[in-house]
Amino acid sequence: MGTPAPDATSDLTVTVNGDPHVVPAGLTITTLLDRLGLGGRRVAVECNRVVVPRAEHGATALADGDRLEVVAFVGGG
Amino acid sequence: MTTDTWSIAGRTFRSRIIVGTGKYASLDETRDAIAASGAEMVTVALRRIDFKAPGPGLLDIIDRSRYLLLPNTAGCYTADEAIRTCMLARELGMDEMVKLEVIGDPKTLYPDNTATVEAAKVLVKEGFTVLPYCGDDLITCKRLIDAGCPAVMPLAAPIGSGLGIRNPHSLRIIIDEVAAPVIVDAGVGTASDAAVAMELGATAVLMNTGIAQARRPVLMAEAMRLAVDAGRKAFLAGRMPVRAYANASSPLVGLIE
Repeated sequence: MGTPAPDATSDLTVTVNGDPHVVPAGLTITTLLDRLGLGGRRVAVECNRVVVPRAEHGATALADGDRLEVVAFVGGG
Repeated sequence: MTTDTWSIAGRTFRSRIIVGTGKYASLDETRDAIAASGAEMVTVALRRIDFKAPGPGLLDIIDRSRYLLLPNTAGCYTADEAIRTCMLARELGMDEMVKLEVIGDPKTLYPDNTATVEAAKVLVKEGFTVLPYCGDDLITCKRLIDAGCPAVMPLAAPIGSGLGIRNPHSLRIIIDEVAAPVIVDAGVGTASDAAVAMELGATAVLMNTGIAQARRPVLMAEAMRLAVDAGRKAFLAGRMPVRAYANASSPLVGLIE
């Protein structure tokens, strides 16, 4: 969970991989991934059940209530 | 003998073993086992990133120039979940080929064949090359081929069970009646199981747990490679007819008196 920001009205709550995150308004997917320590890692992002292509991460601002899935490949059969 | 190869959607393979990358003790063991298996195609799963456990990922140890990635939809119980998973896999940069699995029951992990056909139709339209895990049922396999799948992957036994080839007759019927590659997927527990699948005429075998949960996975991977090769050669050679009684191997004339 993010720490409460001074101006709570400008904060958004988004859900990332099932957990709530409080983030400043205007945050893009690229900056969210950076905040999560994933900058540069190859991940795929789905926002509200629709894939957001990597090329659009920088231009996609998050909205309150957005539900994101951030995934990568793992071992499997 | 000319090189014995097989193809799916324009891609040609020499190896007839496809291996999973799950359940290994370490990434090093994963890398060594898939190398020892001789596979040219390896399956991977797609999961949420664990933000608390960064570090090297699976793709750091898979040489993409050597192995074709086959993302799976393991854990999906509906066509919709499987389709979303494939879309995410495509975004992660794979090779258009996916292993479709839509599970119907958590205890057996048997496939939901109806939902699998439904998902296959959508994914084929989306441009994926769909390799479906399915029951050992000829009609389901035909439906999947009709849906545009270039191959079918019937199970030999429940996923991860190591029970071996439980119903060779069903598999043989599928192999005989489906005019496409048949990849036996799931249930292989040891090398002889892989050989039996190949002797039945399967195009290839897909396995994970049989290697990963052997006491020495890298050695078992090599055993599986040899077994698949042996089974394939035995199939091509054509086995002798089975007889109920003895048939002497040595001449019956010229015996000393």
